[in-house]
Amino acid sequence: MAAILEVENLQTQFFTSAGTVRAVDGITYSVNRGETVAIVGESGCGKSVGALSILRLIPDPPGRIVGGNIRFMGMDILALSDAEIRKVRGRRIAMVFQEPMTSLNPVLTIGRQLTETLEHHLDMDRAAADARATELLGMVGISDAKRRLAQYPHHLSGGMRQRVMIAMAMCCEPELIIADEPTTALDVTIQAQILELMRDLSKRLGVALIIITHNLGVVARYADRVNVMYAGKIIEQGSASQIYHQPSHPYTLGLLNSVPRLDRPRQAKLDPIEGQPPDLTQLDAGCAFRPRCRFAVARCAEEIPPLEAVGDGHLSACWRRNDLGENVGRAT
Amino acid sequence: MSAQEAVPASGVQKGEVLLDVRNLKMYFPVTEGIIFHKVVAEVKAVDGISFQIHKGETLGLVGESGCGKTTTGRCILQLERATSGEIIFAGQNLAELDANALRPWRQKIQVIFQDPYSSLNPRMKTGDIVGEPMYVHGIEPDAGKRERRVKELFSVCGLPVKMIDRYPHEMSGGQRQRVGIARALSLNPDFIICDEAVSALDVSIQAQVINLLEDLREEFGLTYLFIAHDLSVVRHLCHRVAVMYLGKIVELADCDELYDNPLHPYTQALLSAVPVPDPDIEAKRAHQPVKGEVPSPMNPPSGCVFHPRCPSAVDSCKSLIPEFREVKPGHWVACSEV
Repeated sequence: MAAILEVENLQTQFFTSAGTVRAVDGITYSVNRGETVAIVGESGCGKSVGALSILRLIPDPPGRIVGGNIRFMGMDILALSDAEIRKVRGRRIAMVFQEPMTSLNPVLTIGRQLTETLEHHLDMDRAAADARATELLGMVGISDAKRRLAQYPHHLSGGMRQRVMIAMAMCCEPELIIADEPTTALDVTIQAQILELMRDLSKRLGVALIIITHNLGVVARYADRVNVMYAGKIIEQGSASQIYHQPSHPYTLGLLNSVPRLDRPRQAKLDPIEGQPPDLTQLDAGCAFRPRCRFAVARCAEEIPPLEAVGDGHLSACWRRNDLGENVGRAT
Repeated sequence: MSAQEAVPASGVQKGEVLLDVRNLKMYFPVTEGIIFHKVVAEVKAVDGISFQIHKGETLGLVGESGCGKTTTGRCILQLERATSGEIIFAGQNLAELDANALRPWRQKIQVIFQDPYSSLNPRMKTGDIVGEPMYVHGIEPDAGKRERRVKELFSVCGLPVKMIDRYPHEMSGGQRQRVGIARALSLNPDFIICDEAVSALDVSIQAQVINLLEDLREEFGLTYLFIAHDLSVVRHLCHRVAVMYLGKIVELADCDELYDNPLHPYTQALLSAVPVPDPDIEAKRAHQPVKGEVPSPMNPPSGCVFHPRCPSAVDSCKSLIPEFREVKPGHWVACSEV
């Protein structure tokens, strides 16, 4: 399958008074047509910054993309002019943000927010845009679309607003949708509705999806391939089944062991990862996970482990990636 | 007279009823007008719920946003005075006490809030935050002794003792939540309400805090009301679980019983909506997300409040309010079709 998005050695840094924050520190991954790729990690690991970099939405200053390549459908995203990137945003790569409360404009009607995009990108006239907006709301499961178009975001519930966000993302039939924690602010039953909707739309229309999340259950259900991030780097990459059944990085293993699970008998104690994530201004020459790692050896303090193959399409950035064997049994 | 002498030690033995909530109702008025606040409607945030919590036990209270779980916690804490109903804690009905008489009881019931960012005063050092309740309640008026006790609480909660001089913004989310826990423990409470206490934390930190809460429960013989929306965390931590929907408890059972054998359609829907971190299991599971959204508690549906979303609703559900009954020992459910 052809990759529509290739991110290569992307580096995004923030230049703050406290020092340079290496928020994204050389990540490489690709997304194929119609595929769902998950980016997993905890707060501050750089997963959102990595996604915003693809659309060049990093506020400058203080942030800047300092290195790497982003190729989307043959285009070099980082070389596009501002006018050219605006034609990509929302038209060919759309974004669904976490907070449906703050990412819709409170003073515009739902209808206007949808038609504005359509008129701008697709040169539709008002009537055609209105008709298409009605159709879109129906597609994302909002009944009584005519009335909803005239309403403002505060009239809608959180789940409904997220549906509107998805309708906006879908409206120009993009090739790629980036969903940044699309369901974190929603209740479980609504979360299930929204994720099923996104999956259904992506399968039906062949849209590729990047889902950024910290929820390992969501990843297991919806992702084809998974990138696990820690401290600005991808530390493990593979298919969902590889990541869940043969985790090959101590951090992935730790994440899987620290969530209580409904599909297993209750255990007496959880097995958390001790310690705190590192300060991204203070990274040293070794592996960033080393202080919290049970498997750390002397070499981990001296050299940053590169992302190397442990299996077919399965990569891990750990010097001891082949020594985790007997411990993996506990997570699978 | 120091405050704590006014209240007899709770004297409740392990396994006995510590908290008995009977037919609790909390209605918030919706008003119109600027000068004359005319009451035009009522939000029935909590609408007649009853449950008991035994000493040493953890009761989970789950449900989606707006179902009244936090309001229930606030009523028990007497941060809201309930519209009606009884809240009997260690034999005393808290709902009938006035503010002065309540004061000593407040020591016995403490709370850990969800948001470790907004529940700590940003202008106080964390050591002072943890020490303040002891000062306010006159438990440890001596500053030196109080500091010793604060240090002790810090180490009990897994915080480096030198952090007592830090401000909340100098700490991570997990550390702040530990400060919140230390503050709740400072008065030696019998009962702690954890209101979404681990929801805002990252997975690896969340596991640390869950383990801490469990250790403290054993060490100090605490009783918890654990309010949460994360069903996997509740299953891990709780002995019994109550499921709330639109101000009512729809199901209450022992933890394993509820998860292995959920009877109410809403509980079943909640459980099936939680994705499991295993792609093979997920590939085989059929997801049938429950339709629609939670209706407004200002205008709840007639009959069974869940009937508009319920996959197994029959005609009578629209008019008949189902009775909350015990279908087998310890397993209560409010559904006429069970």
